[in-house]
Amino acid sequence: MSAKQKQAAGITHDGSFYDLEELNAMHDKMLFIRRFEEKAGQLYGLKKIGGFCHLCNGQEAVCVGMHHAAEKTDYILTSYRDHGHVLARGSDPTAVMAELLGRAGGIVKGKGGSMHMFDAERNFVGGNGIVGEQVPIGLGLGFSSWYKDDGRVTMTIMGDGGINQGAVYESFNMAALWKLPIVFVVENNQYAMGTSLDRASAETHLFKRGISFKIPGMQIDGMDVLEFDKKMSEAIAHARSGEGPILVEAITYRYRGHSMSDPATYRSRAEVDEWRSGRDPIARLQAQMIEAGLATEEEFKQRDKDIKKEVAAVAKAAEAQPEPDASELWTDVYSDPIEGAYPYPVKVG
Amino acid sequence: MSKITYRDALNQAMCEEMTRDERVFLMGEEVAEYNGAYKVSQGMLEKFGSKRVIDTPITELGFAGLGVGAAMAGLRPVVEFMTWNFAILALDQIVNAAAKMKYMSGGQYSVPMVFRGAGGSAARVGAQHSQSLENWLANVPGLKVVMPSNPADAKGLLKAAIRDNDTVIFIENEINYGDVGEVPDGEYIIPLGKADVKRVGKDVTLVAHSRMTGFALAAAEELARQGIEAEVIDPRTIRPLDENTILVSVAKTNRAVVIEEGWCFAGIGAEISARIMERGFDDLDAPVARVTGKEVPMPYAANLEGMALPSVADIVEAARVVCGRA
Ligand SMILES: Cc1ncc(C[n+]2csc(CCOP(=O)(O)OP(=O)(O)O)c2C)c(N)n1
Ligand SMILES: [Mg+2]
Repeated sequence: MSAKQKQAAGITHDGSFYDLEELNAMHDKMLFIRRFEEKAGQLYGLKKIGGFCHLCNGQEAVCVGMHHAAEKTDYILTSYRDHGHVLARGSDPTAVMAELLGRAGGIVKGKGGSMHMFDAERNFVGGNGIVGEQVPIGLGLGFSSWYKDDGRVTMTIMGDGGINQGAVYESFNMAALWKLPIVFVVENNQYAMGTSLDRASAETHLFKRGISFKIPGMQIDGMDVLEFDKKMSEAIAHARSGEGPILVEAITYRYRGHSMSDPATYRSRAEVDEWRSGRDPIARLQAQMIEAGLATEEEFKQRDKDIKKEVAAVAKAAEAQPEPDASELWTDVYSDPIEGAYPYPVKVG
Repeated sequence: MSKITYRDALNQAMCEEMTRDERVFLMGEEVAEYNGAYKVSQGMLEKFGSKRVIDTPITELGFAGLGVGAAMAGLRPVVEFMTWNFAILALDQIVNAAAKMKYMSGGQYSVPMVFRGAGGSAARVGAQHSQSLENWLANVPGLKVVMPSNPADAKGLLKAAIRDNDTVIFIENEINYGDVGEVPDGEYIIPLGKADVKRVGKDVTLVAHSRMTGFALAAAEELARQGIEAEVIDPRTIRPLDENTILVSVAKTNRAVVIEEGWCFAGIGAEISARIMERGFDDLDAPVARVTGKEVPMPYAANLEGMALPSVADIVEAARVVCGRA
C-alpha cells in the first residue's frame, strides 16, 4: 500500500472510522505509557523513586481511550493510579517522571509524587490518594459546569475497590438529583490491593451500582482501545446532553502488583497470563492494524525501540534535574506567603 | 450602624457577598426552603433563587467534596454544616482535600471556600451535639480557622472569609446566634489573622475566643470590682494566630489566662500558652493558666452540663491565682 492509500485507510470499528493518524497516535500513546511505567518500576527498584508507586500496565486502553473521547476542556480526575491518565492527557512526560523522582521540574514541583499528578492547563485535576475521595470532588467540578453552563463534562475515575466508599453514593445521588454532567468511570481491574472483586462486592456488575439513583450504566471492554473510545464517547455525549450522569464500568486488568511492594501472590500466574497474552490492549491494536494492512510487525518493533529510547531520554532529563529548592517547603500552603510559620527556631537567652 | 443579631449579621454578610460576586453560592442541609436550621439563611432562597441557595441531601462528606471541586473550578462556595458535629463526617474532604490541594498540586489549584456552621457547646443536647473541635482543624496547615464572638465580628469576618483565597473554617456559636449588637452597615470587613483587644487592662491578660470572650469580659468586670484590671483579647482568627497582639499585652500585664470551651488536651489554650512561654518567657511573672472545658463528653443533666463548661467564676479564680491574689 502506498503512503497515500494508507492515509485514506483506517479501521472501522462498530461504525466509527479511525484513520491511520489517530490509530498511530493511540498505539504510540499506549506503548509509551507501558514503557514509561516499566521505567518507573526500574527506577523504583533502584530506590530513585520513593514511597508508593502504582503502575497501570495493562490498563492503557482505558487511559488512552478516555482521553481520546474527551474534549480538552473536560475535567478528568482519578485516584493515585494516575501516571497513565496524566500522560494520556498530554502532559509533559519529563515533568511526570521528574515528579516521580521528586525533582524541581516535577509536574507539581516535586511536592506531590506518584499519587498526586495535577495539570491545570489540561484540566487534569489529580491524583488523589484517599480511596474514593476524588468522587465528591468530581461532583463539584460537574456542579461548576452546571452552575456556569460551560458545556464541560467531568470524568471521575475510581477503582473497583473505591466504588464501595460511601462518598461515591452520596455523589451518585446528588449528581443524578441535579442532573450534573459527569461520567463516573470505574476501572474494574479485578482487584483492590489483594482483595478480588467478588470478595468485596455483593454486586459485582459494577455498572449496575447506579441503578437506585437512576444512573444508567455501561460495561465496556477496557482492553480494547477502539471499543473503549467509541463507547466512552457515547457516555460523554450522554453527560453533555444535560440528561445527567452516567456510570461506565471499564473491564480491565493490572499486570503488576497493586504498588511496587506487592508481589501479587493472591492470584495465579495462569490468570495473569490469560489477560496478558489473550487480551493485551497494545497487542490487540497492533494485530488489528496489521490485519488492515496499516502496519507491519517490523514497523511496530521499530516503533517500540524508538519509544524505549524516548522514555530513556525522558528519564535521563528528569534525573538530571535538581531537587526542589528548599524555599519550596513553605510555598503553596496558603495563597499568601505565611508569616510566623511554626515552629520558630528556638532562641535561647 | 444597626442593632442586629449575630445570626442576622451572618445573613447580611452572605447576602452582600452573593450580591457582589456571582461565583458565591450557599449550599447545605435545610439552607434554602427551611431558611436554615438556625435561620442564618433566612430569606436567601427568595433573594437569590434555587441555583445559588441549594438544599442538599444529608450527606456531609459528599457536599463538602462538592464544594472543594467547585472551588477548584473557580466558584466560591459557602458550605454550611448544620453543626460542626456533623462535619466530622466530612473531615476527609476538609483535611485531606481542601487543606492540601494547593500544596499537592504545586500551587496549580486552590480551594477558596468557606465551611461554616454552628460549633461549640449548645444547651442540653448531650454529648454528640455539644463540643468544640476548633483545635482539630486549627492543627492543619492550609486551613484558616475563624470564630467570631459578637455580631459585628461575625459580619466582618464572614465577608473576609468569603473573599479569602484559601479554605476558611468558620465556626459560629450556637448559643450566640440570638445575641444583639451594633453592626456596621454595608462594606465592613475584618481582615483575618487580627486579634481584637476587647477590653484594656494592665494586670492580667485574658485570651478567649468565641463564646468564651463574653465570659472573659464578664470575668473582667468582676475582677475590676476586686481591684484587678484585666485585658481581654479575642484572637478571632485561631489560625493564623495573631500572637503579636497577645505578646504585646503579656509584655504589659506579665500574666495570662487562656480560656476555651473545648477540652484541655492539645487545645487552643495549650498552643497559646506554649507560644507565650516560647516568645514571652521573660515577660511572665507567673505561669500561664488555662481554663477549659472538663475532659468528659458533654453530659445532659443541667447541673452536670454546667460543671463541664468553664464558668465566669473559673476565669476569675484563675486570674486571681496568676495575680497572686488567690
Ligand atoms: C480511604 C482509604 N482507605 C484505604 C486506603 C489504602 N488503599 C490504597 S489503594 C487501595 C485499594 C484500592 O483499589 P481500587 O479502588 O480497586 O483501585 P486500584 O488500586 O485497583 O486502581 C487501598 C485499600 C486508602 N488509600 N484510602
Ligand atoms: Mg482495582
